[in-house]
Amino acid sequence: MISGSSNRIQVDVFADHEVIIPVNKLKNAVAKVTLAGDDPLAKAEAALAQLSGEFASWMSAECDRLDAARHKVRDAGLNTSTFNELFHAAHDIKGDAATFGFALAAGAAESLCRVLEHSPVPARIPMALVDQHVDAVRAIVREYARPDINDIATALVRRLRHVSDEFLIHENRHRPDYLQDLV
Amino acid sequence: MSRIDFNRLRFVVVDDNAHMRRIVRTLLHGFGAREVIEAEDGAAGLEAFTNHLPDIVITDWAMPIFDGLELTQMIRQPGANANPFVPIIMLTGHSEKRRVTAARDAGVTEFLAKPLSAQALYERIINVVINPRPFIRTKTYFGPDRRRGANTGYSGPERRRGGQADVIQQRSLFIKAQAE
Repeated sequence: MISGSSNRIQVDVFADHEVIIPVNKLKNAVAKVTLAGDDPLAKAEAALAQLSGEFASWMSAECDRLDAARHKVRDAGLNTSTFNELFHAAHDIKGDAATFGFALAAGAAESLCRVLEHSPVPARIPMALVDQHVDAVRAIVREYARPDINDIATALVRRLRHVSDEFLIHENRHRPDYLQDLV
Repeated sequence: MSRIDFNRLRFVVVDDNAHMRRIVRTLLHGFGAREVIEAEDGAAGLEAFTNHLPDIVITDWAMPIFDGLELTQMIRQPGANANPFVPIIMLTGHSEKRRVTAARDAGVTEFLAKPLSAQALYERIINVVINPRPFIRTKTYFGPDRRRGANTGYSGPERRRGGQADVIQQRSLFIKAQAE
């Protein structure tokens, strides 16, 4: 979009590497004049606040997606396709829950991602462990208005992490180097 | 803080999650951007990059077909496309240090761990526009200089790879297993 100037790429060649200064096409986007009252960050935050009315339904849709992925695992086992679907659903909740206003759900989703990512043989992941994680995410989102949701979610996630740790330690017992890097 | 004219920038946003694409688009329009092209996976992202020649690419990591890391590696192919120098901002739920390192080594310009905020995205965009880094080409790497600044306290041999190590003190599962 921004047209280049007459500048050329500058390349400095060294023994084992080159340092390249590309043409800076983006410098034309640097504002030369700042208008009074112009606050793009505030405008973006206001636009996001307007959009936030939809976040609860989006979070619900993400939970339904996670639940559907769980049912596919139950029906077909953890193969490449069902694994990816479950992981992506959990990973999206891990990343998006806080943005959608459900930050406490992220911990349970993160724990599920961790189990999936660090199990050497995913097919050995007990269905009960998957169910516990998915049900925890859904319960936290469903009960989010409760005044004690912080305590409930914290306790749930702590318990999930505990059983996940036990499983991962057992599954990776022959890979001490791998466990060493796993926190 | 410096100001940029977002209406002079074209963005490609690559994310398989429609909700997150909508949020990023909303923020970019709020900043003043007019041209925001969306793609729902890595393959569509590469196509959008090739067809629209964006000024900045914002990509998720975990996506079907090929992921954001692979997309970055495909873009960072000198001679293979129109702009291998394009700034790439990786917006992802991954936050582990090894992930950040892998993204850096693939040629990502800025790493933005979710949850997303308007402020964090704004700062990353400002940084790639105002403070572009030189590119480094070695036998094994092509991408933005991974050294963000001179380390005046460094006294070891010169080397291009790596930087000062971060120290993260967390108990590994191995230590937990030993303790139980």
